[in-house]
Amino acid sequence: MAVDKKIVLRFPKRMVDRPIVYRLVKDYDLEFNILKASITPEQEGLLVLELKGNQQEYDKGIEFLLKAGVQIQSLSQDVTRNEERCTHCGACVTICPTGAFKVDPKTRKVIFEDEKCIACGLCIPACPPRAMEVHF
Amino acid sequence: MVKTIEEINEKIKAGKAVVFNAEEIIEFAREKGVKKTAEQVDVVTTGTFGIMCSSGAYFNVGHTKPRIKLGGGRTYMNDVPAYTGLAAVDLFLGANALPDDDPRNRIHPGEFNYGGGHVIEELVAGKDIRLEATAFGTDCYPRRKLETWINIKDLNEAVLFNIRNAYQNYNVAVNTSDKTIYTYMGVLKPNLGNANYSSAGQLSPLFNDPFYKTIGIGTRIFLGGGTGFVAWQGTQYNPSVPRTEKGIPKEGAGTLAVIGDMKQMSPRWLVGASVQGYGCSLTVGIGVPIPILDEEVLRYTLVTDADIVAPVIDYSDAFPQLKPDKLGEVSYAELKSGKIKIKGKDVPTASRSSYPKALEIADILKDWIKQGKFFLTSPVEKLPGAESGVRVRPLKERPIEE
Ligand code: SF4
Ligand code: SF4
Repeated sequence: MAVDKKIVLRFPKRMVDRPIVYRLVKDYDLEFNILKASITPEQEGLLVLELKGNQQEYDKGIEFLLKAGVQIQSLSQDVTRNEERCTHCGACVTICPTGAFKVDPKTRKVIFEDEKCIACGLCIPACPPRAMEVHF
Repeated sequence: MVKTIEEINEKIKAGKAVVFNAEEIIEFAREKGVKKTAEQVDVVTTGTFGIMCSSGAYFNVGHTKPRIKLGGGRTYMNDVPAYTGLAAVDLFLGANALPDDDPRNRIHPGEFNYGGGHVIEELVAGKDIRLEATAFGTDCYPRRKLETWINIKDLNEAVLFNIRNAYQNYNVAVNTSDKTIYTYMGVLKPNLGNANYSSAGQLSPLFNDPFYKTIGIGTRIFLGGGTGFVAWQGTQYNPSVPRTEKGIPKEGAGTLAVIGDMKQMSPRWLVGASVQGYGCSLTVGIGVPIPILDEEVLRYTLVTDADIVAPVIDYSDAFPQLKPDKLGEVSYAELKSGKIKIKGKDVPTASRSSYPKALEIADILKDWIKQGKFFLTSPVEKLPGAESGVRVRPLKERPIEE
């Protein structure tokens, strides 16, 4: 059975320069698409991948990643903003690694572009009124 | 031309007062000129909405039967400790207070999801709060234990009393170290990764009255959605700092202590704040009206973000070590552009104080005045001015020798 999934990989600092994705291709015959790659303030590597391949191989590939110490989140994890609680302070703007928050130059309201969100979770504890919520 | 507060209040009563917020007035005066504007406009409204430490509230919860003396014992509101060292049933709750079992920074950075500021928000939202107390028992106050729900509507008094709010200017916080730090100015990324500032700039009350000509003790204000008053100068009041040509302090300067009836207030304008790695606090909405008594008072309200500069401070070293070093000065216009230059590097900026909400507050206050619901007051006493010599001082530690 074929699978096609989007996942978020978080690499601890020590692993940032290891050829993880290469192994996925070579050993598990998975096809990949890098949707986003960045380094978070904690100096972790953050990679959003679309992975395609055979279900069995996919599962083995994921197991390999977990064993190697990579944290995996599914992109179906959904981060939303509680509009009632958001005060438009702006504290999240420079926190988000993908730039999902933008200040409207006219109204100075903070716009949340959820299609850019990779559910990394960094804005959740950084938002003072706890307006950013994660749903599983 | 000179107006008096009494004349302005007459116009408010008649529904004829001309009121602008501190953003609109800039444009209006640009078109009409200062002289005409000072004649035509009666009030300029300001606003600010940000996390303000040194906020808190006091309550009288009413006597129990049999009586209990909370003073000298321990009292908790939703597990957050309240200060009881006042009397039998008077309490003070500080916005920064944390439950005893909060992990704090044991796992760094702590999340600080619930504290005094959140209890204040829930109280004004009309939610029931768990009050739990233990006392030592006296002949006249025999009871030793109390566990009950309380609600703001049943309290004898619920008074917000913030001893330092509405800072006139504030630091821009950055981090030059090589690791992320978690400060009350937010998450600061390493190597000048971001710069956080915290003021509504041209809308902020004390920027529009930099020499405290109209704002003083007794000034009626918008506080947390209700009306309140300036009670005193705020703590750490520091009016004698360097100023720009137009008189704007170039660093944190004046502050206000404010007081008001919490029963009138709303959770829209008092919001519990969780500051990662730092603690809990309260986001407070304040609006101050400025009576346009003459051209000079008006001129100060025309301040723009480009006129206001703030110091850039390294929160990985200069701030915690109490060093006077500054990495530079930037204007609020630059800060609001989204990036500033520090040591030749482009650094993205973020605000901690909400400009849209500050504007909303200034507009609500404007509507109250236009509808004849809010009248202006003359201060009963002036705040110490820039020439007063009042200065904030560090603690001079003197070793205690046994
Ligand atoms: S930090 Fe939270 S409250 Fe502030 S703008 Fe972002 S989502 Fe809104
Ligand atoms: S979880 Fe928050 S910080 Fe992370 S990508 Fe989504 S919006 Fe940005």
